[in-house]
Amino acid sequence: MMPDLGKYADTVLWSYAASVGLLMALIVFSILRGRKIRSEMEKIEQRMTRNG
Amino acid sequence: MSIAAKANALWEYANPRKFLSTSERVMPFFWMASAVCIVVGLVWGFFFTPDDYKQGSTVKIIYLHVPAALMAINCWLMMLVTSLVWLVRRHHVSALAARAAAPVGIVMTLIALATGAIWGQPMWGTWWAWDPRLTSFLILFLFYLGYVALWEAIEDPDTAADLTSVLCLVGSVFAILSRYAVNFWNQGLHQGASVMRTAAVTGADTEEKVSNIYFYPLMLCIVGFVLLFIALVLYRTGTEIRVRRIKALLARERVSG
Repeated sequence: MMPDLGKYADTVLWSYAASVGLLMALIVFSILRGRKIRSEMEKIEQRMTRNG
Repeated sequence: MSIAAKANALWEYANPRKFLSTSERVMPFFWMASAVCIVVGLVWGFFFTPDDYKQGSTVKIIYLHVPAALMAINCWLMMLVTSLVWLVRRHHVSALAARAAAPVGIVMTLIALATGAIWGQPMWGTWWAWDPRLTSFLILFLFYLGYVALWEAIEDPDTAADLTSVLCLVGSVFAILSRYAVNFWNQGLHQGASVMRTAAVTGADTEEKVSNIYFYPLMLCIVGFVLLFIALVLYRTGTEIRVRRIKALLARERVSG
């Protein structure tokens, strides 16, 4: 299934690994930070509702 | 609805609540569509396209390099528009959207620079050259870093939004230069536009152009990157809106004792 990349196999595979790695890191970091901030906001809102 | 009324309806999204509710409704579509386009485009390009007669298998790097470079430039232009909206109309959501987009632009520029260097080594015999397009891209990358640093360095969010918006206007020169550097200076190692040029796609000119075998999967990847960019910016803008709300709530809590 893997195509024959010839003498440029390293070049092509490194490009894909670097790009996919950077994109995944950006997506995962964005989602983790988003979830953390959302739960932090909900906690503060609940606390403020409780305290009037 | 008239055009003026439609344009006015757009300003409703300056309301954070309206923005959040609408973006949460449309985001799943953008995440799914971007994943489908990128996966299908990359698999098509990597496994089912032949090697180029000159560049061999390195031509497969085009499916990542070109979409990332396009998004690196267009992300800055999106930031320019939202910064102008902030400067003229003082809508916080637009300033936060620019802030949210910057890290996405950094990653896109980094991918374009990294894949360009990796591709350039076997093709040009060097990882890097002070070529007009490469240099203007490096400067664009530095502008992105400066933009993010400026947001982090200033405590007052409105002042930070003002100053970063001005920086964005200045940096736009390099965003445009990154696209047209080859045309302006007509020298260097990097080729001119061979994909996003109407005459090249229709075959109306005789300059070197991308063959349709590579063009279709490439277009799918470009569409995928655009959709991913929209999904990420919507999601990250939502996060920035919540950060702003947290600060406001904490300030209110401090005041009330």
